[in-house]
Amino acid sequence: MNFDFSDDQKMLRDQARKYLDDKCNRKAVREVLNDAGKSHDAALWKGVAEQGWLGVAIPEEFGGLGLGGLELCVLAEEVGRAVAPIPFSSTVYFFAEAVLASGSSAQKQALLPKLVSGELVGAFAVSEGPGAPSPASIEASFDGARLSGVKIPVTDGDIATHAVVLAREGQGLSLVIVALDQAGVKRETLTTLDPTRGHARLTFDKASAERLGKAGEGWSLTEAVFDRAAVLIAFEQLGGAQACLDMAVDYAKGRYAFSRQIGSFQAIKHKLADMYVAIELGRSNAYYGAWALSTESSQLPLAAAAARVAASDAYYFAAKENIQAHGGMGFTWEVDCHLFYRRAKLLAVQAGGPGVWKEKLVRRLELKNAA
Amino acid sequence: MDFNDAPEEAAFRAEARSWLEKTLGMPNAKASLRVEGPDAIKAAKGYQTKKAEAGYAGLTWRKDVGGREMPPIFSVIFGQEEQKFQAPTGPFAIGLGMCIPTVIAFHSTQGIKRYVPPALRGEEIWCQLFSEPSAGSDVAGLKTRAVKDGGAWVINGQKVWTSGAHYSDYGILLARTNPEKEKHKGLTMFVVNMKAPGVEVRPIHQMSGGSNFNEVYFNDVRISDSERLGDVGNGWNVALVTLMNERLAVGGSSGPEYAEILELARNTPSPSGKGTLLQDQAFRERLASWYVSAEGYTLGKYRTMTALSKGQTPGPESSIGKILNANRMQDIGNAAIEAEDHFGIISDPALAPMQGAFHNAYMWAPGLRIAGGTDEILRNIIAERVLGLPQDVRVDKGVAYKDLPSGR
Repeated sequence: MNFDFSDDQKMLRDQARKYLDDKCNRKAVREVLNDAGKSHDAALWKGVAEQGWLGVAIPEEFGGLGLGGLELCVLAEEVGRAVAPIPFSSTVYFFAEAVLASGSSAQKQALLPKLVSGELVGAFAVSEGPGAPSPASIEASFDGARLSGVKIPVTDGDIATHAVVLAREGQGLSLVIVALDQAGVKRETLTTLDPTRGHARLTFDKASAERLGKAGEGWSLTEAVFDRAAVLIAFEQLGGAQACLDMAVDYAKGRYAFSRQIGSFQAIKHKLADMYVAIELGRSNAYYGAWALSTESSQLPLAAAAARVAASDAYYFAAKENIQAHGGMGFTWEVDCHLFYRRAKLLAVQAGGPGVWKEKLVRRLELKNAA
Repeated sequence: MDFNDAPEEAAFRAEARSWLEKTLGMPNAKASLRVEGPDAIKAAKGYQTKKAEAGYAGLTWRKDVGGREMPPIFSVIFGQEEQKFQAPTGPFAIGLGMCIPTVIAFHSTQGIKRYVPPALRGEEIWCQLFSEPSAGSDVAGLKTRAVKDGGAWVINGQKVWTSGAHYSDYGILLARTNPEKEKHKGLTMFVVNMKAPGVEVRPIHQMSGGSNFNEVYFNDVRISDSERLGDVGNGWNVALVTLMNERLAVGGSSGPEYAEILELARNTPSPSGKGTLLQDQAFRERLASWYVSAEGYTLGKYRTMTALSKGQTPGPESSIGKILNANRMQDIGNAAIEAEDHFGIISDPALAPMQGAFHNAYMWAPGLRIAGGTDEILRNIIAERVLGLPQDVRVDKGVAYKDLPSGR
């Protein structure tokens, strides 16, 4: 039985943590939060590119390090712990994974080396309005060369150089790649619950675009990208949730009420123990997702859904109870609890909310247990 | 990352499996796990004897007490295989898992020689006598008295929730030897002969209807001082050693799971009257949560095994398992009854073939949430030993046991 990360992977985690503690302490996150004109930390983005993180799971022939999904999971957890204000997930879990899964070799050659160097910032655009997207709800359209329609919200769409977009093509749906610095693309920055990550409405008006993968397979390709991204986001969520628990434990030891440490009250202890249980449950499910991701297992769809459901629950619970454990201080702008509370919600609804993933989980379970 | 045994683990598993196949025959999915009564005990003893003769009992124990000094992962592997074959190990779980390791750690050379071999061979069964009617979570507050009389101790008091007391030959007994001292400091541990005069075992009638536990009364029971485990007044530290051994138990969960309730829901109408319950969105969300909890528990065990396999000691984080499993069992039992609406109340297997297991889960779960550490105590353990939070303020520090308020 070897259901754990390897020593090398743990070393990578330690290095990543040290790097982010140094370059992405909460002060750096707050600089993005407090500056309405800023939606990411450009210096940090350059830095993580130099560290090789963007290409950790990208083959060496495209400029990457050629490591695997497990190494990416390790990095995702640290990015989540640091609430890093960088377009890491959009570029790496969504854009790069989509290109790797479905791109032609010309597309991979053209896009991936630039992505690895940090020059290309990717986005993945599916949502067009309130509610979970479905094959019938997508209105953006692609005619083989030109893309038209509106995508809202697009995470990191305000700073992305390229987007993968789900659009109607003929009778079906396709994925298309579009460069965002062209006349046919209008970007409008959106205010959101989590200002430490940029969001935009992208309006395409006959924008020049090219298809990614086969025509008519857009929905299933999106689902496949989402399954892989679900595991990686789960690790980001667990990193964030663990940071909340660490904060809450630290505060409960140092804060006194009724002349004793509040952490000595069972009401606080049990709350923090429940956070620990939720996180460990998430962690066990996410590890299985990581295994399925890295081995291209047929178990991935179910494992990804379980990881995503457990990690979303854990992060929301840890983020809200961290505020509660901090009492009035937790409700102030100056204390960091809300950074996690905001990010927890962004990560929970990106690429399908908890309701969507619970439904996917049960559908996949029904297939497995078909009578 | 993989789920494979290391080569020597795989070899051991194969060896264990072939021995089990030879000894017990192929696993039978239909066999009941909760058989009791004299025949079941006799069968269990027979199995344990063969197991000891084949060298599979006490795998992790020292060689001089009959063990093989193998790392704990091998004991886990053997246990997993035994579970697949539904080996009748139940009556020995407490004795070999907790009592005998305590005897080995604290008894005299003669005591070890007297008690360990017959226990290992399954000839003598042991029980653990800690909990009392007024000392459950706070077991150090127990009342049972041991008073020195010459070379012996005279025991008076009552123990409760003692599994297997009715078929046990010996027990380890925690008793109060000095009420003038603080409660943790006036306790002493003994080996007690369960057939001695003055020991009376009465079954407890549980709310679930069955009787799996006992009350044990001690009326002037005499125990020789040579049967004392550890120093007088050191009983609490001896008990901690006993309880530490509890942690290595990497058992499975025992109730109906998501697969069973999924099956039920497939064949039950939904509350909206449209389609089946399995098509009901609210039900599906709950099913997803049960799946995540059950899988998380199983996968968590794999993480524990990984730690063991690397020679690390798993910590109290395994407390999570019982909190999750007992609560999920209660939820699933409850949901299955509600799923069938008014009909769900029927237990008769001829009318409601699936409800038996769910009713059982519903009626057992409250006990599971209490036994072996309540949900609340387990949360305290996680908070204090894993997260490092401070202990609660203690009102019994520095106070003699006899001066503590005891309520009911």
